[in-house]
Amino acid sequence: MDLYLPIAEMSVNAIVIILLGGGVGFLSGMFGVGGGFLTTPLLIFYGIPPAIAVASSATQITGSSVSGALAYWRRGQVDVKMGLVLVAGGVIGAGLGQIVFRQLQKIGQIDVSINIIYVLFLGIIGTLMLKEAVTALQAERRIAAGEARPPARLRRHVPWISALPGKTRFYKSGLYISPLAPLLLGGVVGVLTAIMGIGGGFIMVPAMIYLLGMSASAVVGTSLFQIIFVTAATTLLHATSSKSVDIVLALLLLVGGVAGAQLGVQAAQKLKPEKLRLALAVIVLAVAAGLLFGLTVQPQSLYTLYGPL
Amino acid sequence: MRALFALLLWLLLGAAAPTSLISALSQSRIDINTTFKGADLLVFGAIQYPAGAVPDAPPDIAIVVRGPAEPVTVRRKARVAGIWLNTDRIRFESVPGFYAVASTRPIADLADDRTTAIYEIGIRNLQLSPASGASEGETRAFEAGLIAAKRKARLFVEDARAVTVTGGVLYRARIAIPAIVPVGDYAAEIHLIRKGRVIASSSVPIGIGKSGFERWIYVMAQEHGLAYGIAAVLAALLAGLVASLVMRRH
Repeated sequence: MDLYLPIAEMSVNAIVIILLGGGVGFLSGMFGVGGGFLTTPLLIFYGIPPAIAVASSATQITGSSVSGALAYWRRGQVDVKMGLVLVAGGVIGAGLGQIVFRQLQKIGQIDVSINIIYVLFLGIIGTLMLKEAVTALQAERRIAAGEARPPARLRRHVPWISALPGKTRFYKSGLYISPLAPLLLGGVVGVLTAIMGIGGGFIMVPAMIYLLGMSASAVVGTSLFQIIFVTAATTLLHATSSKSVDIVLALLLLVGGVAGAQLGVQAAQKLKPEKLRLALAVIVLAVAAGLLFGLTVQPQSLYTLYGPL
Repeated sequence: MRALFALLLWLLLGAAAPTSLISALSQSRIDINTTFKGADLLVFGAIQYPAGAVPDAPPDIAIVVRGPAEPVTVRRKARVAGIWLNTDRIRFESVPGFYAVASTRPIADLADDRTTAIYEIGIRNLQLSPASGASEGETRAFEAGLIAAKRKARLFVEDARAVTVTGGVLYRARIAIPAIVPVGDYAAEIHLIRKGRVIASSSVPIGIGKSGFERWIYVMAQEHGLAYGIAAVLAALLAGLVASLVMRRH
Protein backbone atom coordinates (compact mmCIF):
# COMPACT_ATOMS: atom_id res chain seq x y z
CA MET A 1 0.00 0.00 0.00
CA ASP A 2 1.73 3.13 -1.22
CA LEU A 3 1.22 6.34 0.65
CA TYR A 4 2.46 9.80 -0.27
CA LEU A 5 4.14 11.62 2.63
CA PRO A 6 3.22 15.32 2.44
CA ILE A 7 6.39 16.74 4.03
CA ALA A 8 8.97 14.17 2.94
CA GLU A 9 7.41 14.57 -0.55
CA MET A 10 7.86 10.94 -1.44
CA SER A 11 5.77 7.86 -1.83
CA VAL A 12 6.44 5.13 0.73
CA ASN A 13 5.06 1.69 1.39
CA ALA A 14 2.83 2.24 4.44
CA ILE A 15 3.04 -1.42 5.45
CA VAL A 16 6.85 -1.27 5.55
CA ILE A 17 6.80 1.86 7.72
CA ILE A 18 4.22 0.33 10.10
CA LEU A 19 6.27 -2.88 10.32
CA LEU A 20 9.41 -0.82 10.92
CA GLY A 21 7.63 1.00 13.75
CA GLY A 22 6.34 -2.35 14.98
CA GLY A 23 9.78 -3.94 14.95
CA VAL A 24 11.31 -1.07 16.89
CA GLY A 25 8.27 -1.06 19.20
CA PHE A 26 8.74 -4.78 19.82
CA LEU A 27 12.37 -4.20 20.80
CA SER A 28 11.47 -1.20 22.93
CA GLY A 29 8.75 -3.16 24.75
CA MET A 30 11.17 -6.04 25.21
CA PHE A 31 14.11 -4.00 26.46
CA GLY A 32 12.28 -1.09 28.08
CA VAL A 33 13.93 1.56 25.91
CA GLY A 34 12.26 4.17 23.72
CA GLY A 35 13.76 2.93 20.49
CA GLY A 36 14.22 6.32 18.84
CA PHE A 37 17.89 5.48 18.38
CA LEU A 38 16.82 2.65 16.08
CA THR A 39 13.88 4.38 14.36
CA THR A 40 15.94 7.24 12.93
CA PRO A 41 18.73 5.14 11.35
CA LEU A 42 16.22 2.61 9.98
CA LEU A 43 14.21 5.41 8.35
CA ILE A 44 17.45 6.71 6.84
CA PHE A 45 18.23 3.21 5.52
CA TYR A 46 14.76 3.21 3.94
CA GLY A 47 15.52 6.46 2.11
CA ILE A 48 13.71 9.09 4.20
CA PRO A 49 15.80 12.30 4.29
CA PRO A 50 17.71 12.34 7.63
CA ALA A 51 16.30 15.71 8.74
CA ILE A 52 12.74 14.43 8.33
CA ALA A 53 13.59 11.10 9.97
CA VAL A 54 14.93 12.89 13.07
CA ALA A 55 12.05 15.33 13.46
CA SER A 56 9.27 12.81 12.82
CA SER A 57 10.88 10.25 15.09
CA ALA A 58 10.77 12.79 17.95
CA THR A 59 7.03 13.27 17.31
CA GLN A 60 6.45 9.53 17.34
CA ILE A 61 8.24 9.16 20.69
CA THR A 62 5.87 11.69 22.28
CA GLY A 63 2.96 9.45 21.35
CA SER A 64 4.57 6.15 22.24
CA SER A 65 5.67 7.35 25.70
CA VAL A 66 2.29 8.66 26.86
CA SER A 67 0.66 5.41 27.95
CA GLY A 68 3.73 4.31 29.92
CA ALA A 69 4.03 7.70 31.58
CA LEU A 70 0.36 7.63 32.61
CA ALA A 71 0.75 4.15 34.10
CA TYR A 72 3.68 5.29 36.26
CA TRP A 73 1.81 8.48 37.13
CA ARG A 74 -1.17 6.52 38.47
CA ARG A 75 1.17 4.49 40.64
CA GLY A 76 2.72 7.70 41.97
CA GLN A 77 6.13 6.90 40.53
CA VAL A 78 6.76 10.24 38.84
CA ASP A 79 8.84 12.84 40.68
CA VAL A 80 7.22 15.95 39.19
CA LYS A 81 9.72 18.37 40.74
CA MET A 82 12.68 16.40 39.37
CA GLY A 83 10.82 15.94 36.08
CA LEU A 84 10.24 19.68 35.67
CA VAL A 85 13.91 20.46 36.31
CA LEU A 86 14.89 17.86 33.70
CA VAL A 87 12.31 19.28 31.26
CA ALA A 88 13.63 22.83 31.79
CA GLY A 89 17.16 21.62 31.00
CA GLY A 90 15.83 19.52 28.14
CA VAL A 91 14.00 22.42 26.47
CA ILE A 92 17.12 24.61 26.70
CA GLY A 93 19.19 21.73 25.29
CA ALA A 94 16.70 21.07 22.50
CA GLY A 95 16.83 24.77 21.59
CA LEU A 96 20.63 24.65 21.38
CA GLY A 97 20.47 21.38 19.44
CA GLN A 98 17.99 22.93 17.03
CA ILE A 99 20.35 25.86 16.34
CA VAL A 100 23.19 23.42 15.63
CA PHE A 101 20.84 21.32 13.45
CA ARG A 102 19.81 24.36 11.41
CA GLN A 103 23.41 25.52 10.90
CA LEU A 104 24.48 22.05 9.77
CA GLN A 105 21.49 22.00 7.40
CA LYS A 106 22.57 25.35 5.94
CA ILE A 107 26.14 24.24 5.25
CA GLY A 108 24.94 20.94 3.80
CA GLN A 109 26.48 18.69 6.45
CA ILE A 110 23.36 17.62 8.35
CA ASP A 111 23.04 14.17 6.77
CA VAL A 112 26.62 13.14 7.34
CA SER A 113 26.64 14.71 10.83
CA ILE A 114 23.57 12.73 11.91
CA ASN A 115 25.24 9.59 10.62
CA ILE A 116 28.57 10.27 12.37
CA ILE A 117 26.89 11.13 15.68
CA TYR A 118 24.87 7.93 15.45
CA VAL A 119 27.93 5.79 14.71
CA LEU A 120 29.85 7.24 17.68
CA PHE A 121 26.90 7.08 19.96
CA LEU A 122 25.59 3.64 19.13
CA GLY A 123 29.16 2.33 19.03
CA ILE A 124 29.93 3.55 22.57
CA ILE A 125 26.56 2.59 24.06
CA GLY A 126 26.58 -0.79 22.33
CA THR A 127 30.10 -1.60 23.52
CA LEU A 128 29.27 -0.61 27.10
CA MET A 129 26.08 -2.67 27.06
CA LEU A 130 27.86 -5.65 25.57
CA LYS A 131 30.59 -5.47 28.22
CA GLU A 132 28.05 -5.16 31.03
CA ALA A 133 25.89 -7.99 29.71
CA VAL A 134 28.86 -10.33 29.30
CA THR A 135 30.18 -9.48 32.77
CA ALA A 136 26.73 -10.05 34.26
CA LEU A 137 26.35 -13.40 32.51
CA GLN A 138 29.82 -14.52 33.67
CA ALA A 139 29.17 -13.34 37.24
CA GLU A 140 25.89 -15.21 37.29
CA ARG A 141 27.61 -18.38 36.18
CA ARG A 142 30.23 -17.99 38.91
CA ILE A 143 27.57 -17.29 41.55
CA ALA A 144 25.68 -20.36 40.42
CA ALA A 145 28.91 -22.35 40.78
CA GLY A 146 29.40 -20.91 44.26
CA GLU A 147 32.66 -19.21 43.31
CA ALA A 148 31.65 -15.62 43.97
CA ARG A 149 29.12 -13.51 45.82
CA PRO A 150 26.72 -11.04 44.18
CA PRO A 151 28.46 -7.68 43.56
CA ALA A 152 28.02 -4.86 46.05
CA ARG A 153 25.67 -2.01 45.11
CA LEU A 154 27.15 0.89 43.23
CA ARG A 155 28.05 4.01 45.14
CA ARG A 156 25.15 6.45 45.18
CA HIS A 157 27.02 9.72 45.52
CA VAL A 158 29.24 11.31 42.94
CA PRO A 159 31.56 13.84 44.64
CA TRP A 160 31.37 16.69 42.12
CA ILE A 161 27.60 16.48 41.96
CA SER A 162 27.26 16.63 45.76
CA ALA A 163 29.53 19.69 45.70
CA LEU A 164 27.19 21.75 43.48
CA PRO A 165 25.54 24.70 45.27
CA GLY A 166 21.85 25.39 46.05
CA LYS A 167 20.80 21.98 47.28
CA THR A 168 17.11 21.21 47.44
CA ARG A 169 15.01 18.18 48.36
CA PHE A 170 13.43 15.86 45.77
CA TYR A 171 11.21 13.71 47.99
CA LYS A 172 10.09 11.01 45.57
CA SER A 173 13.61 10.59 44.25
CA GLY A 174 14.93 10.42 47.82
CA LEU A 175 17.54 13.06 47.02
CA TYR A 176 18.97 16.22 48.50
CA ILE A 177 21.02 17.67 45.65
CA SER A 178 21.54 20.82 43.65
CA PRO A 179 18.98 21.22 40.82
CA LEU A 180 21.91 22.19 38.59
CA ALA A 181 22.84 18.52 38.19
CA PRO A 182 19.50 17.35 36.73
CA LEU A 183 19.28 20.62 34.76
CA LEU A 184 22.61 19.83 33.12
CA LEU A 185 21.65 16.20 32.51
CA GLY A 186 18.35 17.30 30.97
CA GLY A 187 20.23 19.78 28.78
CA VAL A 188 22.63 17.19 27.41
CA VAL A 189 19.79 14.79 26.60
CA GLY A 190 17.78 17.67 25.06
CA VAL A 191 20.59 18.44 22.60
CA LEU A 192 20.60 14.78 21.57
CA THR A 193 16.80 14.77 21.19
CA ALA A 194 16.91 17.67 18.75
CA ILE A 195 19.85 16.39 16.70
CA MET A 196 19.22 12.64 16.78
CA GLY A 197 15.46 12.34 17.23
CA ILE A 198 15.73 10.16 20.30
CA GLY A 199 13.91 10.31 23.63
CA GLY A 200 17.18 9.65 25.39
CA GLY A 201 15.73 7.30 28.02
CA PHE A 202 18.60 4.90 27.54
CA ILE A 203 21.05 7.61 28.66
CA MET A 204 18.70 9.28 31.12
CA VAL A 205 17.84 6.16 33.12
CA PRO A 206 21.42 5.02 33.87
CA ALA A 207 22.47 8.64 34.52
CA MET A 208 19.61 9.07 37.01
CA ILE A 209 20.60 5.90 38.85
CA TYR A 210 24.38 6.07 38.77
CA LEU A 211 25.09 9.83 38.59
CA LEU A 212 22.21 11.40 40.49
CA GLY A 213 21.56 8.39 42.69
CA MET A 214 17.77 8.52 42.39
CA SER A 215 15.70 5.84 44.06
CA ALA A 216 14.88 3.20 41.46
CA SER A 217 11.09 3.38 41.88
CA ALA A 218 10.86 6.94 40.49
CA VAL A 219 13.44 6.63 37.71
CA VAL A 220 11.50 5.21 34.77
CA GLY A 221 8.31 7.20 35.40
CA THR A 222 10.22 10.47 35.72
CA SER A 223 12.26 9.69 32.63
CA LEU A 224 9.08 9.08 30.59
CA PHE A 225 7.55 12.28 31.99
CA GLN A 226 10.63 14.19 30.83
CA ILE A 227 10.69 12.46 27.43
CA ILE A 228 7.10 13.49 26.59
CA PHE A 229 7.75 17.16 27.22
CA VAL A 230 11.17 17.36 25.61
CA THR A 231 10.15 15.46 22.45
CA ALA A 232 7.03 17.65 22.22
CA ALA A 233 9.22 20.77 22.48
CA THR A 234 11.54 19.29 19.84
CA THR A 235 8.57 18.72 17.51
CA LEU A 236 7.56 22.36 17.94
CA LEU A 237 11.12 23.58 17.28
CA HIS A 238 11.49 21.47 14.15
CA ALA A 239 7.99 22.42 12.96
CA THR A 240 8.70 26.14 13.26
CA SER A 241 12.27 26.30 11.97
CA SER A 242 13.33 23.37 9.80
CA LYS A 243 9.75 22.37 8.81
CA SER A 244 10.75 18.74 8.73
CA VAL A 245 8.03 17.12 10.85
CA ASP A 246 6.03 14.67 8.75
CA ILE A 247 2.95 13.91 10.80
CA VAL A 248 1.80 11.13 8.48
CA LEU A 249 5.15 9.37 8.89
CA ALA A 250 5.06 9.87 12.68
CA LEU A 251 1.54 8.44 12.98
CA LEU A 252 2.38 5.40 10.83
CA LEU A 253 5.39 4.66 13.05
CA LEU A 254 3.26 5.19 16.11
CA VAL A 255 0.57 2.70 15.10
CA GLY A 256 3.18 -0.01 14.49
CA GLY A 257 5.19 1.02 17.53
CA VAL A 258 2.40 0.77 20.09
CA ALA A 259 1.30 -2.64 18.81
CA GLY A 260 4.88 -3.91 18.65
CA ALA A 261 5.63 -2.70 22.18
CA GLN A 262 2.80 -4.77 23.69
CA LEU A 263 4.10 -7.90 21.98
CA GLY A 264 7.62 -7.03 23.10
CA VAL A 265 6.55 -6.79 26.74
CA GLN A 266 5.01 -10.25 26.55
CA ALA A 267 8.07 -11.73 24.86
CA ALA A 268 10.38 -10.16 27.45
CA GLN A 269 8.67 -12.00 30.29
CA LYS A 270 9.82 -15.31 28.87
CA LEU A 271 13.46 -14.33 28.54
CA LYS A 272 16.34 -13.61 30.92
CA PRO A 273 17.14 -9.89 31.35
CA GLU A 274 20.92 -10.44 30.90
CA LYS A 275 20.38 -12.25 27.65
CA LEU A 276 17.99 -9.50 26.53
CA ARG A 277 20.64 -6.89 27.19
CA LEU A 278 23.19 -8.93 25.30
CA ALA A 279 20.80 -9.14 22.33
CA LEU A 280 20.11 -5.39 22.44
CA ALA A 281 23.85 -4.67 22.56
CA VAL A 282 24.37 -6.78 19.45
CA ILE A 283 21.52 -5.02 17.61
CA VAL A 284 22.85 -1.58 18.55
CA LEU A 285 26.37 -2.48 17.38
CA ALA A 286 25.00 -3.92 14.14
CA VAL A 287 23.16 -0.66 13.35
CA ALA A 288 26.32 1.34 14.17
CA ALA A 289 28.38 -0.90 11.88
CA GLY A 290 25.81 -0.51 9.09
CA LEU A 291 25.92 3.29 9.36
CA LEU A 292 29.72 3.33 9.52
CA PHE A 293 29.91 1.18 6.41
CA GLY A 294 27.59 3.64 4.66
CA LEU A 295 29.89 6.53 5.58
CA THR A 296 33.12 4.95 4.38
CA VAL A 297 32.05 3.19 1.20
CA GLN A 298 32.23 5.36 -1.90
CA PRO A 299 28.73 6.62 -2.73
CA GLN A 300 27.27 5.73 -6.12
CA SER A 301 27.06 9.38 -6.99
CA LEU A 302 29.38 11.98 -5.52
CA TYR A 303 26.97 14.77 -6.31
CA THR A 304 23.97 15.56 -4.14
CA LEU A 305 21.34 18.21 -4.84
CA TYR A 306 20.00 20.59 -2.25
CA GLY A 307 17.03 22.87 -2.76
CA PRO A 308 16.99 26.50 -1.65
CA LEU A 309 17.35 26.66 2.12
CA MET B 1 -24.42 36.52 -47.87
CA ARG B 2 -22.80 36.99 -44.51
CA ALA B 3 -22.06 33.28 -44.18
CA LEU B 4 -20.56 33.22 -47.64
CA PHE B 5 -18.30 36.11 -46.75
CA ALA B 6 -17.13 34.32 -43.61
CA LEU B 7 -16.38 31.18 -45.59
CA LEU B 8 -14.42 33.18 -48.14
CA LEU B 9 -12.41 34.88 -45.45
CA TRP B 10 -11.68 31.52 -43.79
CA LEU B 11 -10.47 30.05 -47.05
CA LEU B 12 -8.28 33.06 -47.78
CA LEU B 13 -6.77 33.13 -44.32
CA GLY B 14 -6.46 29.39 -44.26
CA ALA B 15 -4.51 29.45 -47.46
CA ALA B 16 -2.23 32.22 -46.30
CA ALA B 17 -1.83 31.05 -42.68
CA PRO B 18 1.37 29.25 -41.78
CA THR B 19 1.34 25.70 -40.47
CA SER B 20 0.06 25.65 -36.90
CA LEU B 21 -0.32 23.21 -34.05
CA ILE B 22 -3.43 22.39 -32.08
CA SER B 23 -2.47 20.82 -28.78
CA ALA B 24 -4.21 19.43 -25.75
CA LEU B 25 -3.41 17.46 -22.60
CA SER B 26 -5.20 14.53 -21.04
CA GLN B 27 -5.55 16.61 -17.91
CA SER B 28 -4.91 20.27 -17.16
CA ARG B 29 -4.11 19.58 -13.53
CA ILE B 30 -2.38 16.74 -11.71
CA ASP B 31 -3.41 16.33 -8.10
CA ILE B 32 -1.00 14.83 -5.62
CA ASN B 33 -3.11 13.07 -3.05
CA THR B 34 -2.47 10.41 -0.42
CA THR B 35 -2.23 7.58 -2.91
CA PHE B 36 -0.24 9.48 -5.57
CA LYS B 37 2.25 7.15 -7.27
CA GLY B 38 3.09 9.30 -10.25
CA ALA B 39 0.97 10.00 -13.32
CA ASP B 40 0.93 9.53 -17.07
CA LEU B 41 0.40 12.76 -18.94
CA LEU B 42 -0.91 12.37 -22.48
CA VAL B 43 0.07 15.22 -24.81
CA PHE B 44 -1.78 15.09 -28.13
CA GLY B 45 -3.03 17.23 -30.96
CA ALA B 46 -3.04 17.89 -34.68
CA ILE B 47 -0.90 19.68 -37.20
CA GLN B 48 -2.88 22.19 -39.26
CA TYR B 49 -1.31 22.64 -42.69
CA PRO B 50 -2.07 25.56 -44.98
CA ALA B 51 -5.07 24.58 -47.13
CA GLY B 52 -4.91 21.12 -45.60
CA ALA B 53 -2.00 20.06 -47.78
CA VAL B 54 -0.24 17.27 -45.91
CA PRO B 55 3.37 17.01 -47.08
CA ASP B 56 4.79 13.63 -48.05
CA ALA B 57 7.73 13.70 -45.68
CA PRO B 58 6.72 12.75 -42.14
CA PRO B 59 6.95 15.73 -39.77
CA ASP B 60 9.16 15.85 -36.70
CA ILE B 61 7.69 16.76 -33.35
CA ALA B 62 9.49 17.55 -30.10
CA ILE B 63 7.47 17.85 -26.91
CA VAL B 64 9.05 19.48 -23.88
CA VAL B 65 7.30 19.31 -20.51
CA ARG B 66 8.97 21.43 -17.88
CA GLY B 67 8.30 22.34 -14.29
CA PRO B 68 9.06 25.51 -12.37
CA ALA B 69 12.74 26.53 -12.23
CA GLU B 70 14.37 26.91 -8.86
CA PRO B 71 17.88 27.40 -7.50
CA VAL B 72 19.71 24.18 -6.65
CA THR B 73 22.97 23.79 -4.77
CA VAL B 74 25.04 20.84 -5.95
CA ARG B 75 27.49 19.49 -3.41
CA ARG B 76 30.29 17.08 -4.18
CA LYS B 77 31.46 14.46 -1.73
CA ALA B 78 35.12 13.78 -1.15
CA ARG B 79 36.87 11.41 1.17
CA VAL B 80 38.00 13.18 4.35
CA ALA B 81 39.68 10.96 6.95
CA GLY B 82 38.03 7.90 5.44
CA ILE B 83 34.54 9.38 5.47
CA TRP B 84 32.67 10.74 2.47
CA LEU B 85 31.79 14.36 3.23
CA ASN B 86 30.21 17.12 1.19
CA THR B 87 33.05 19.48 0.32
CA ASP B 88 32.79 21.67 -2.80
CA ARG B 89 29.57 23.18 -4.04
CA ILE B 90 28.20 25.15 -6.96
CA ARG B 91 24.87 26.87 -7.06
CA PHE B 92 22.73 26.68 -10.19
CA GLU B 93 20.20 29.49 -10.36
CA SER B 94 17.51 28.04 -12.62
CA VAL B 95 17.06 24.29 -12.63
CA PRO B 96 13.67 23.03 -13.78
CA GLY B 97 12.14 20.79 -11.14
CA PHE B 98 11.04 18.50 -13.96
CA TYR B 99 12.13 18.36 -17.60
CA ALA B 100 11.04 15.77 -20.11
CA VAL B 101 11.60 15.72 -23.87
CA ALA B 102 9.70 13.37 -26.12
CA SER B 103 10.47 13.41 -29.82
CA THR B 104 10.01 11.50 -33.05
CA ARG B 105 13.78 11.11 -33.58
CA PRO B 106 16.95 11.58 -31.55
CA ILE B 107 17.36 15.27 -30.81
CA ALA B 108 20.68 15.52 -32.66
CA ASP B 109 18.89 14.41 -35.86
CA LEU B 110 16.01 16.87 -35.49
CA ALA B 111 17.88 20.11 -35.96
CA ASP B 112 21.30 21.68 -35.59
CA ASP B 113 22.76 22.52 -32.19
CA ARG B 114 21.90 26.18 -32.48
CA THR B 115 18.20 25.55 -33.06
CA THR B 116 17.85 22.99 -30.28
CA ALA B 117 19.75 25.34 -27.96
CA ILE B 118 17.43 28.27 -28.75
CA TYR B 119 14.34 26.23 -27.98
CA GLU B 120 16.03 24.40 -25.09
CA ILE B 121 15.20 21.03 -26.62
CA GLY B 122 17.28 18.34 -24.94
CA ILE B 123 18.76 18.07 -21.48
CA ARG B 124 22.20 19.25 -22.57
CA ASN B 125 20.66 22.43 -23.96
CA LEU B 126 19.19 23.50 -20.63
CA GLN B 127 20.39 26.87 -19.37
CA LEU B 128 21.03 25.98 -15.74
CA SER B 129 22.78 29.31 -14.98
CA PRO B 130 25.65 28.19 -12.75
CA ALA B 131 26.84 30.87 -10.35
CA SER B 132 30.22 32.05 -11.60
CA GLY B 133 33.39 31.47 -9.61
CA ALA B 134 34.43 27.93 -10.36
CA SER B 135 36.48 27.00 -13.40
CA GLU B 136 34.71 25.85 -16.54
CA GLY B 137 35.83 22.25 -16.09
CA GLU B 138 34.59 22.17 -12.50
CA THR B 139 31.27 23.71 -13.48
CA ARG B 140 30.85 21.13 -16.22
CA ALA B 141 31.57 18.29 -13.78
CA PHE B 142 28.99 19.62 -11.32
CA GLU B 143 26.49 20.10 -14.13
CA ALA B 144 26.99 16.49 -15.19
CA GLY B 145 26.49 15.42 -11.55
CA LEU B 146 23.29 17.44 -11.34
CA ILE B 147 21.93 15.98 -14.57
CA ALA B 148 22.84 12.42 -13.51
CA ALA B 149 21.04 12.87 -10.18
CA LYS B 150 17.96 14.31 -11.89
CA ARG B 151 17.95 11.54 -14.50
CA LYS B 152 18.22 8.88 -11.81
CA ALA B 153 15.19 10.37 -10.04
CA ARG B 154 13.33 10.33 -13.42
CA LEU B 155 12.98 14.11 -13.13
CA PHE B 156 15.03 14.69 -16.29
CA VAL B 157 13.89 12.41 -19.10
CA GLU B 158 14.68 12.16 -22.79
CA ASP B 159 12.84 9.74 -25.03
CA ALA B 160 13.61 9.88 -28.74
CA ARG B 161 10.84 7.47 -29.73
CA ALA B 162 8.00 8.67 -27.54
CA VAL B 163 6.07 10.75 -30.07
CA THR B 164 3.90 8.91 -32.58
CA VAL B 165 2.49 10.73 -35.60
CA THR B 166 -0.53 9.31 -37.39
CA GLY B 167 -1.28 10.16 -41.00
CA GLY B 168 1.20 13.03 -40.88
CA VAL B 169 -1.39 15.03 -38.93
CA LEU B 170 -2.17 13.62 -35.50
CA TYR B 171 0.52 13.35 -32.86
CA ARG B 172 0.61 12.06 -29.34
CA ALA B 173 3.08 11.20 -26.58
CA ARG B 174 2.90 9.89 -23.07
CA ILE B 175 5.04 11.61 -20.45
CA ALA B 176 5.63 9.76 -17.17
CA ILE B 177 5.41 12.07 -14.16
CA PRO B 178 7.21 10.43 -11.20
CA ALA B 179 5.86 10.47 -7.63
CA ILE B 180 8.56 12.81 -6.35
CA VAL B 181 7.72 15.53 -8.88
CA PRO B 182 7.84 19.03 -7.38
CA VAL B 183 4.62 21.03 -7.30
CA GLY B 184 4.07 24.19 -9.32
CA ASP B 185 3.09 25.56 -12.72
CA TYR B 186 4.21 23.37 -15.59
CA ALA B 187 4.02 23.86 -19.34
CA ALA B 188 4.04 21.47 -22.27
CA GLU B 189 5.73 23.05 -25.30
CA ILE B 190 5.15 21.35 -28.63
CA HIS B 191 7.50 22.14 -31.54
CA LEU B 192 6.92 21.14 -35.15
CA ILE B 193 10.27 20.78 -36.91
CA ARG B 194 10.86 20.46 -40.64
CA LYS B 195 14.23 20.38 -42.37
CA GLY B 196 15.97 21.38 -39.17
CA ARG B 197 13.77 24.43 -38.57
CA VAL B 198 11.06 24.95 -36.01
CA ILE B 199 8.08 25.98 -38.12
CA ALA B 200 5.35 25.99 -35.48
CA SER B 201 5.13 25.90 -31.71
CA SER B 202 2.39 25.80 -29.14
CA SER B 203 2.32 25.75 -25.38
CA VAL B 204 -0.24 24.32 -22.95
CA PRO B 205 -0.08 25.07 -19.22
CA ILE B 206 -0.52 22.38 -16.60
CA GLY B 207 -0.67 22.69 -12.82
CA ILE B 208 0.72 20.08 -10.47
CA GLY B 209 -0.36 20.54 -6.90
CA LYS B 210 -1.12 18.73 -3.70
CA SER B 211 -4.80 18.29 -3.11
CA GLY B 212 -7.06 17.54 -0.20
CA PHE B 213 -5.38 16.22 2.93
CA GLU B 214 -1.84 16.37 1.48
CA ARG B 215 -2.26 20.00 0.50
CA TRP B 216 -3.77 20.93 3.83
CA ILE B 217 -0.91 19.33 5.78
CA TYR B 218 1.71 20.90 3.53
CA VAL B 219 0.26 24.41 3.69
CA MET B 220 -0.16 24.15 7.45
CA ALA B 221 3.45 23.01 7.90
CA GLN B 222 4.86 25.73 5.65
CA GLU B 223 2.77 28.70 6.72
CA HIS B 224 1.60 27.95 10.25
CA GLY B 225 4.58 26.07 11.66
CA LEU B 226 3.68 26.53 15.31
CA ALA B 227 0.03 25.51 14.90
CA TYR B 228 1.17 22.52 12.83
CA GLY B 229 3.68 21.55 15.52
CA ILE B 230 1.06 21.77 18.26
CA ALA B 231 -1.38 19.75 16.16
CA ALA B 232 1.34 17.14 15.50
CA VAL B 233 2.07 16.80 19.24
CA LEU B 234 -1.64 16.52 20.10
CA ALA B 235 -2.24 14.00 17.31
CA ALA B 236 0.72 11.91 18.52
CA LEU B 237 -0.49 12.01 22.15
CA LEU B 238 -4.03 11.08 21.15
CA ALA B 239 -2.92 8.33 18.79
CA GLY B 240 -0.58 6.93 21.44
CA LEU B 241 -3.39 6.84 24.02
CA VAL B 242 -5.98 5.34 21.70
CA ALA B 243 -3.58 2.74 20.31
CA SER B 244 -2.51 1.59 23.77
CA LEU B 245 -6.14 1.39 24.93
CA VAL B 246 -7.05 -0.70 21.89
CA MET B 247 -4.07 -2.98 22.40
CA ARG B 248 -4.83 -3.49 26.08
CA ARG B 249 -8.38 -4.62 25.26
CA HIS B 250 -7.06 -7.47 23.15
